Amino acid sequence: MRRSRSVLAGGVLALAAAFLVFAPLGLKPYGIFILSMWAVMTIAAIGLNLTLGYAGQISLAQAAFVGIGAYITAYLTTKGWPFWSTYLFGGASCFAIGWLLGYPALRVQHHYLAFVTLAFNTLVYLIFRNEEWLTGGIYGISNVPRPSVLGWSMNGAREFYYFCLAHLALVSAATWWLTRSPWGLAFVALRENPIRALSLGVDTRRYTLMAFALGAGLGGISGALYAPLVQFIDPTPFALGLSLNLLLMVVLGGSGYFFGPFLGAIVAVLLPEWLRFTQGFYLMGYAVLVMIMMAFSPGGLLGLADRLTRPAPRTGTGAVAGSPEAARSEGAG
Amino acid sequence: MSTVLEVRDLKKSFGGIVAVDRVSFGVEEGEILGIIGPNGSGKSTLFNCILGQLQPTAGDVHLDGRPVTGMRPCDLNRLGVSRTFQLLQIFPQLTVRRNLILAGQEHQGTMLSRLVGRRDAGLSAAADRMLGFFRLGHLADEHAGDLSYGQQKLLDVAMAFMARPRLALLDEPAGGVNLTMLASLRERLKAINAEQGSTFVVIEHNMEFVMALASRILVLAEGRVIAQGDPAEVRRNPQVIEAYLGRGRS
Repeated sequence: MRRSRSVLAGGVLALAAAFLVFAPLGLKPYGIFILSMWAVMTIAAIGLNLTLGYAGQISLAQAAFVGIGAYITAYLTTKGWPFWSTYLFGGASCFAIGWLLGYPALRVQHHYLAFVTLAFNTLVYLIFRNEEWLTGGIYGISNVPRPSVLGWSMNGAREFYYFCLAHLALVSAATWWLTRSPWGLAFVALRENPIRALSLGVDTRRYTLMAFALGAGLGGISGALYAPLVQFIDPTPFALGLSLNLLLMVVLGGSGYFFGPFLGAIVAVLLPEWLRFTQGFYLMGYAVLVMIMMAFSPGGLLGLADRLTRPAPRTGTGAVAGSPEAARSEGAG
Repeated sequence: MSTVLEVRDLKKSFGGIVAVDRVSFGVEEGEILGIIGPNGSGKSTLFNCILGQLQPTAGDVHLDGRPVTGMRPCDLNRLGVSRTFQLLQIFPQLTVRRNLILAGQEHQGTMLSRLVGRRDAGLSAAADRMLGFFRLGHLADEHAGDLSYGQQKLLDVAMAFMARPRLALLDEPAGGVNLTMLASLRERLKAINAEQGSTFVVIEHNMEFVMALASRILVLAEGRVIAQGDPAEVRRNPQVIEAYLGRGRS
């Protein structure tokens, strides 16, 4: 059963990778733009999944980090800075700000922490909107250039899509490495039982800050790709709505599962486009889907898949087999 | 023999309630000290103060002669002090093996080297040895949450010994464990004490268990030490009988 699960997962992954590589060949520029947006938002959701899904620290500030990364890149590249320096600067700045935002998490948790991060998101949004001298205010920053790689321009929709996809692949590989390392295990321990984790030598303070910083850093990288993708940024996309949408991607896909954000971003970014023909009914269907999903499978889509394909325990007790807790298999997604 | 743990005049108040009142004791290397006392006598609060989970109101804690009062539990753990809690504290969604790997990993290298260095560094093999020792080897790949309560309790205790601690403080290790498993647990603890030379402090309500395990017993009542000595001595102590059974029964 375990082996057939692995084979099934491998097959699905290979098909998905093939789709991502070949899909742009048959799509119009708008379709490619939407796929690029999926890749960019998936990176932000992977960051939030580290903070929330693995380490258990609720954050409603991910949009702020996407915005900070986007504004840094847009501002500096329009001033003539090379893309790569702004990209690294955006990611590093968000990492540092995320580390600082982690400090309240050392004092408050759950809905209190949600409000702290929500307030931070609002504060950043207000800075984007009101500090016109820096951000352009409601007029934003336009004509954000797209980068070149080894002299190869990324101006075309297809080229930039592959650029975003390559970033997603790199971020995924790094996150896979991290979640399989002792850090990943320490994050899970922090989420599940911080008191026991502390008594086993896990420095919960440092790991909490690191979880915030890494999640924020990936938000910044996502923003650094978002700005050249849309080539015009204003404050509106970085309001609380995006943070909630990213949260939805993580939770709906499967919080704490490696591939949860990929799936969640499909539902949040691609599905609305595919379901355009239903017009006003899309949002209603979407809302009902979310309600049903959360009521019957709090582990999200991957939690549900895990529950359906998980082999029965061999202990003879089966005490909590099939429970959401048991189904969350170490982020094996 | 040297003193591993020394507690001097430790006091902990919650508002007007004194939970631990000027408690002093020492634990020698390799010793198994049992702490008993009626419910609410301050045993777990004493543990929490020693282990940095609570800040004591007054008094000092020394580990190998070094002051460690108020030190964070993770730092104390890395100095070789391990513990279990009164209530079961495992990670049910992780496999049994990964519970043990987690219990040992923070003792290897620095935080950075744990990210970029060797992934396993012998931890899986050490975890399997520990599981074999506690007779849980056949359950290594199961989720800890799928184990029976007794098996989870054994895993909980095994986690405390994964990093080969110098001092282990066990809070009611026998709580809720059936008679067959109880004998196995006592035998395992004695074996670790003999083989690893670990020093134990054990809080316990199960008198048979603790009297057979410990070489010395300390009795707490209303936050104070009312008696200490070898198990037979303590059993006969009128103050202890009074604390457990009430006035007029001693």
